[in-house]
Amino acid sequence: MTVKLTTLASVAAFAMAAASPALAQTEIQWWHALTGANNDVVVKLAEEFNASQKDYKVVVAYKGSYPDTLNAGIAAFRAGNAPHILQVFEVGTGTMMSAKGAVKPVHELMKDAGETFDPKAYLPAITGYYSTPKGEMLSMPFNSSSMVMWYNKDAFKKAGLNPDAPPKTWPEVFEAGKKLKAAGFDKCGFTNAWATWANIEQFGAWHNIPLSTKVNGMEGFDAVLTFNKDPMFLKHWTNLAELQKDKTYDYSGRTNTGEGRFTSGECPIMLTSSGFFGNVKANAKFDWANAPMPYYPEAAGAPQNSIIGGASLWVMGGKKAEEYKGVAKFFTFLSNVDRQVKLHTESGYLPITKAAYEKVKASGFYKDKPYLETPILELNNKEPTDNSKGLRYGSLVQIRDIWSEELEAALNGQKSPQAALDAAAERGNQMLRQFERTAK
Amino acid sequence: MQKYAHFKGLTIPLLLLLPQLAITLVFFYWPASQAVWQSFLLQDAFGISTEFVWFENYRLLFSSPEYYKALVNTAIFSVFVAGLSLSIALLFAVMADRAIRGAEIYKTLLIWPYAVAPAIAGVLWIFMFDPSLGMLARGLRSLGIAWNPKLDGTDAMTLVIMAATWKQISYNFLFFLAGLQSIPKSVIEAAVIDGARPMRRFWTIIFPLLSPTTFFLLVVNLVYVFFDTFGIIDTVTGGGPSGATTTLVYKVFSDGKGGSDLGGSAAQSVVLLIMVIGMTAFQFRFIERKVNY
Repeated sequence: MTVKLTTLASVAAFAMAAASPALAQTEIQWWHALTGANNDVVVKLAEEFNASQKDYKVVVAYKGSYPDTLNAGIAAFRAGNAPHILQVFEVGTGTMMSAKGAVKPVHELMKDAGETFDPKAYLPAITGYYSTPKGEMLSMPFNSSSMVMWYNKDAFKKAGLNPDAPPKTWPEVFEAGKKLKAAGFDKCGFTNAWATWANIEQFGAWHNIPLSTKVNGMEGFDAVLTFNKDPMFLKHWTNLAELQKDKTYDYSGRTNTGEGRFTSGECPIMLTSSGFFGNVKANAKFDWANAPMPYYPEAAGAPQNSIIGGASLWVMGGKKAEEYKGVAKFFTFLSNVDRQVKLHTESGYLPITKAAYEKVKASGFYKDKPYLETPILELNNKEPTDNSKGLRYGSLVQIRDIWSEELEAALNGQKSPQAALDAAAERGNQMLRQFERTAK
Repeated sequence: MQKYAHFKGLTIPLLLLLPQLAITLVFFYWPASQAVWQSFLLQDAFGISTEFVWFENYRLLFSSPEYYKALVNTAIFSVFVAGLSLSIALLFAVMADRAIRGAEIYKTLLIWPYAVAPAIAGVLWIFMFDPSLGMLARGLRSLGIAWNPKLDGTDAMTLVIMAATWKQISYNFLFFLAGLQSIPKSVIEAAVIDGARPMRRFWTIIFPLLSPTTFFLLVVNLVYVFFDTFGIIDTVTGGGPSGATTTLVYKVFSDGKGGSDLGGSAAQSVVLLIMVIGMTAFQFRFIERKVNY
């Protein structure tokens, strides 16, 4: 046994010695939550960066789903060994920015490292979500998407609908859903993934309705949810609950696990992330397209603009200046126009800089692939208002679960839509108040 | 009269006890005391600001309707899972215990599901019963049964009960079979000679003689449904729809991990700990009296 242990120890020591490079490179840890093709994008980016210079080495590690990665980052911070870069989904933004000392804001990082950095070069609809009200960028947007309406063109033809003129408003979607249902799609006329993102968060922004006070939480953690008092929300939830009864609308769950219902052909209309693109392209055996989200024509100013989803890169606090310099260099590398063009056209993520978007547009790329431009057009539809910049609540992960529970209760008839909306706001407010106390 | 072997002095007994005590302290009392301490704190996710709030986490807990709902869910879930898995396993064990052709094969096959991890068991059941993916769900729908565990709380509860029961039957089966085989054949033969029919033999002889096994399994099964089932719930329903399958342990998990509400989650685990201690104590105090060893 002793012999074995010694052998093991020496082997380990040798392996470690062999692994450490001859040059003293500064290592930068990047924890992320992407799988499949998107994981390859991350790995390739790190490889390209490492090959482009000798001083820094970005090491990537996959840490599970978005919530898992956030939890891993939090646990690592508590244990004193957080990574340098942590990919956090948009819902975790409030949690991250309230953690003073745990994170280093990107604008500060770039200034300290002396990197040229112009916040105006980035698309405001994207960076706005991750900036302070004063416009200081807190985290670096990475993979961004928005919500669009995917539809099955073959099904539209079958139901006698014009596949090139998708419904624009909610009443038109309801009509289309009924026709599709009559044409054989009797289990699901239309649906959506990401239940609360579709029916609360995007709904509010697209209709220019505030979800809460304090600019949807962007101007302070003392925001109070008010969307339950808005007649548009009540109208929408009432419609969905009504249409759920005969499956003109059919609920498809809280996250994107129901997306297969679109690609399998079961649901001919589905509102979900524009990031669904890769999956649709690979799996849908029918002619498809996407269109902007529907709206209620009676809502003043609708459609406004959509908000983003996806994730951004947060820089964790308490690291060495030399390491921060490497992170800053990596962010500059990431923001490079050609790199952004490539990322956007290959992966379907939104470009984060204006220059990259203009370049892709000028190249005529969107003529063949208009579905990749739909989310950008939605985001830039109008100048964002206080109601459509995004939202920033602490404990939003848990609040989303609460909202989903209440939406489910409205859809299965346990509660009236108004009672469900009231409970969603009230229980959400309890979470917000608790968060406010810890986020001093 | 000296009944027990004796150590002189205390040193050797203490030394002998030390490893066991150390393990219990480090792996049980230390984390448990941490949970109790955490339950009095209000803390942000990163542990930067901490406030001592006395019993506020508990007060919030007992004033939240969702907590009582989880309590009711847990009661329904545990009664059904423990009841079904024990009775079905007993039935299987009695059947497999008889001298039939291929008994070994049946026994082996019945034990297999125990080797399946809870999360994987959950996924298997999703594949069968998911409203859009599941083969059996399609079958149910074509029979005109509106099966939709994504929206219907009763359907969802039925689904997690089935999955959790299925998973536990093998374990119970194994113990019941061993218990049955240890019952002396002579007792049963004597009963046969006395003219007792199979049902009567079972209820008056086999079942009472099996009671130590049954009691042990009852305790183990309740601990299983209280603590080990959240993997199944997480994969199958995620606690939904509308909290219909959120049990106490799942709530501890989702509030603490997903919601980063460590204080509230710790308070819940302390309450859960007290409940399970109480339940087990009750079982040993009152039910064990009826057990014939």
